[in-house]
Amino acid sequence: MTITVSIIVLGIIGIIAAVLLFAAAKKFYVYEDPRIGEIEELLPGANCGGCGFSGCHAFAVECANASSMDGLNCTGVNSEGMKKIADIVGLAPVASQRHVAVVRCSASCENRDPRNHYDGVRSCAIENALYQGESDCIYGCLGCGDCVKACPFEAITIIPGEALPKVDFNKCTGCGKCVETCPRHLCELVPYNPPTPVVWVACANRDRGPIAMKECGVACIGCTKCRKVCPNEAPEITSFLARIDQTKCTACGDCIAACPRHSIVSSSPIKTHLQQQ
Amino acid sequence: MRTFRKGGIHPPENKLTAGKPIVGIPTPPELRIMLSQCIGVPAKPVVKPGDHVQRGQLIAEAGGFVSAPVHSPANGTIKKIEPTRTHQGIWQDSIVIAIDPEESESFAPQARTPEEVEALSPDEIIAIVGDAGIVGLGGAAFPTRVKLSVPKGKKATTLIINGAECEPCLTCDDALMRAEAEKIVKGALLIMKATEAEETVIGIESNKPEAIEAMTQAAAPYPYLRVEVLKKKYPQGGEKQLIYAVTGKTVPAGALPIETGCIVDNVATAYAIYEAVYNRIPLMERIVTVTGPELSNPGNFLVKNGTPLSAILDFAGGLPEDAGKVVAGGPMMGRAVSALDSSATKGLSGLVVIPVSASKRMQEGPCIRCGRCVSACPMGLEPYLLMLQAEHKVWDGMSEHNVMNCLECGSCSYICPASRPLLDFIKLGKQELRKAKI
Repeated sequence: MTITVSIIVLGIIGIIAAVLLFAAAKKFYVYEDPRIGEIEELLPGANCGGCGFSGCHAFAVECANASSMDGLNCTGVNSEGMKKIADIVGLAPVASQRHVAVVRCSASCENRDPRNHYDGVRSCAIENALYQGESDCIYGCLGCGDCVKACPFEAITIIPGEALPKVDFNKCTGCGKCVETCPRHLCELVPYNPPTPVVWVACANRDRGPIAMKECGVACIGCTKCRKVCPNEAPEITSFLARIDQTKCTACGDCIAACPRHSIVSSSPIKTHLQQQ
Repeated sequence: MRTFRKGGIHPPENKLTAGKPIVGIPTPPELRIMLSQCIGVPAKPVVKPGDHVQRGQLIAEAGGFVSAPVHSPANGTIKKIEPTRTHQGIWQDSIVIAIDPEESESFAPQARTPEEVEALSPDEIIAIVGDAGIVGLGGAAFPTRVKLSVPKGKKATTLIINGAECEPCLTCDDALMRAEAEKIVKGALLIMKATEAEETVIGIESNKPEAIEAMTQAAAPYPYLRVEVLKKKYPQGGEKQLIYAVTGKTVPAGALPIETGCIVDNVATAYAIYEAVYNRIPLMERIVTVTGPELSNPGNFLVKNGTPLSAILDFAGGLPEDAGKVVAGGPMMGRAVSALDSSATKGLSGLVVIPVSASKRMQEGPCIRCGRCVSACPMGLEPYLLMLQAEHKVWDGMSEHNVMNCLECGSCSYICPASRPLLDFIKLGKQELRKAKI
């Protein structure tokens, strides 16, 4: 008997609540462009902010209201995805350059003798703020993995035994989270057009040559050899440090072979003219 | 016995060197004297490589208003001016002096007679203190000339001489008070004259009975000078904590102690002022406590400015095999040294050699909101909240919760049952806020 009464009472309450909810939903209905939902489904949903808006939903709203796709680009989807989004809003897709993050330090433990051992909090920000790192180089990677924690796409891992981060270009979307996180400003976004590899100077040491040589086995000493061999003058040397202008680089790999310090690296092996000779 | 009101902790004292006399250590063949030895602008060198310098000679002048000149601690020749690593491994400019092995110590300036000292005006005393390169010797190394110049419209009523020495392990102030009580009192009288303060209180924690007795005896002839024995509690030696303990006045947040009419100076600073005014000896050496459970010859050493830390440790018996860390300063507020070839500065109060077993950090656990850090904080802050904000980079929130009032005493990290690195994150936040201000 008790059970029957409770079922009936609860059932009636349920029906009343359903009617009220339905009425409220009708009364307070807000029209949202259905395309926003469709676009959002195509987006990665990481809210990385790489597009310049506060999150994936904000980007979808912006796309739906846009009059041109110019300047609207989600770094997390490929060009196919952006084409689909452009189709949904009925605009012509704008081709965008794909970027990936590279780390401007390649000093693994064997190249850079640790002078002391840091056993504090595993946070690059704190190690950088309170101490100068474990080696003599005050520019290089600290290896605590702040970039790993910051990456919303799990593209960065710390290489075991080397205490250096490695970016997986297949996962990296170029959102720039690591760039703003790294306290030593070692992450940099560079254009990437697979299968052409990316060539960059994996060093940020601005000390003069003799000092840099003592500090690290693979530190750039600003010797300008890379600039001399480069057919396009892509490497630029400022304060004893080379930096490759990616707009001029053709990834011929000559600088990699010419660098006496092995500071220049590429994302995949390149057979260079110099090596062939 | 009086003490400060909020927070505080009771870490084990471990004052192994308490009874040890002050011993001078031999001058090393080379001194590397840092140009940046105090808070503020680095000093500007006034010597060139090749110059011959005398002990007590000015080698670098003050670089600005908040800055202090530097003097050569021994006779020698300037070798070069080049960067040397600081204790934390940062390269900073220094003057390298090759010491004259024959006659490194000869220095006998004309001492002032008591009548001459009596005739000095307050401004003259402050000028002498400035020229002698005296900085706060408690550890923060703030130029004393700036501290003694009372701003217009403010009046100093109480001078507090800080002999609390609340840091565990350190005994340099204790040793100085036992040995040179008379001179400290005379130095305090000079500060009183310079700042026109009405009374002087010497605050000493109760765990230093010999120092208390020596200072009480030395202070007895002066009615406006008394010794206040304080209850042992860390961080009693903090400026604001000591002012509350002695006078019961609270310094408003963000304000200087002069707002309450107080001026706080360390006992070693008072001694340095005595030496500068009576004997015309500038500040070029200081007492450093070198201690550690495994060290064979710990003690209170008179160390010349610019002596490499490795030479100091060698004199103390050399680094023991199981040395895990060498901390510059006390174990609570000091920071681990990353370069033992760095040199002693005016602000170095101690070197603590910690064995590996004691130097390891505990595995950090999650915050259980027990609130012990809040009750330990002597400034009434909420360290657990500040750490959370720093972890999420909410710098504005930290500023709203008065993180800048933190004196970095480390009570929160010490008391945390989950071994959370509270102070590390608070320091990070303070640095970010300072950066944002610039």
